[in-house]
Amino acid sequence: MLIARVIGNVVATQKAPSHEGQKLLVVQPLQLDGSDRGEPVLAVDAVDAGAGDRVLLSMDGFSAMTAVDRPHSPIDMAVIGVIDTVDLPDGP
Amino acid sequence: MQIGRVIGNVVCTIKTPSLSGRTLLLVQPLDRRGRDKGRPLVALDSVGAGAGETIYWCRGREAGFPFLPAEVPTEATIVGIVDTISISA
Repeated sequence: MLIARVIGNVVATQKAPSHEGQKLLVVQPLQLDGSDRGEPVLAVDAVDAGAGDRVLLSMDGFSAMTAVDRPHSPIDMAVIGVIDTVDLPDGP
Repeated sequence: MQIGRVIGNVVCTIKTPSLSGRTLLLVQPLDRRGRDKGRPLVALDSVGAGAGETIYWCRGREAGFPFLPAEVPTEATIVGIVDTISISA
């Protein structure tokens, strides 16, 4: 899993049937210091996260599918938690 | 999943039988501002996408799931055509 921030969402009418009813979030993975880590990705939302939230991003297909209860779906990433705090005693 | 744009297609006459009848498209990954970012890749299509369209694709083992019960050897499959992207934060 990665720490990431929700920066937006995507609307798609024509999509895999198993994606119907799923919220698709644009999520920016973050470094520990809060700066961007690579490019944003698209993840299905399992926890009703919103723009600006710092979240836990699963980048494994099985965990992502399981989190939204859609087995055998073409889903490779999901937002599976909204982060309250990250403790890093020695700093990033 | 990642966002990209369809920039072309690939035709293979000789291919593994489970790929027959499937469309292979060339996808250019995009950054958060919709600009080209990184190198294009070949992805299988599951939604009827065409050149110029903004799409999102799924990678890995899950990329084969749109074609179940057929077992299709793909590591990247287009699974949606993007209507709008809103970046608010």
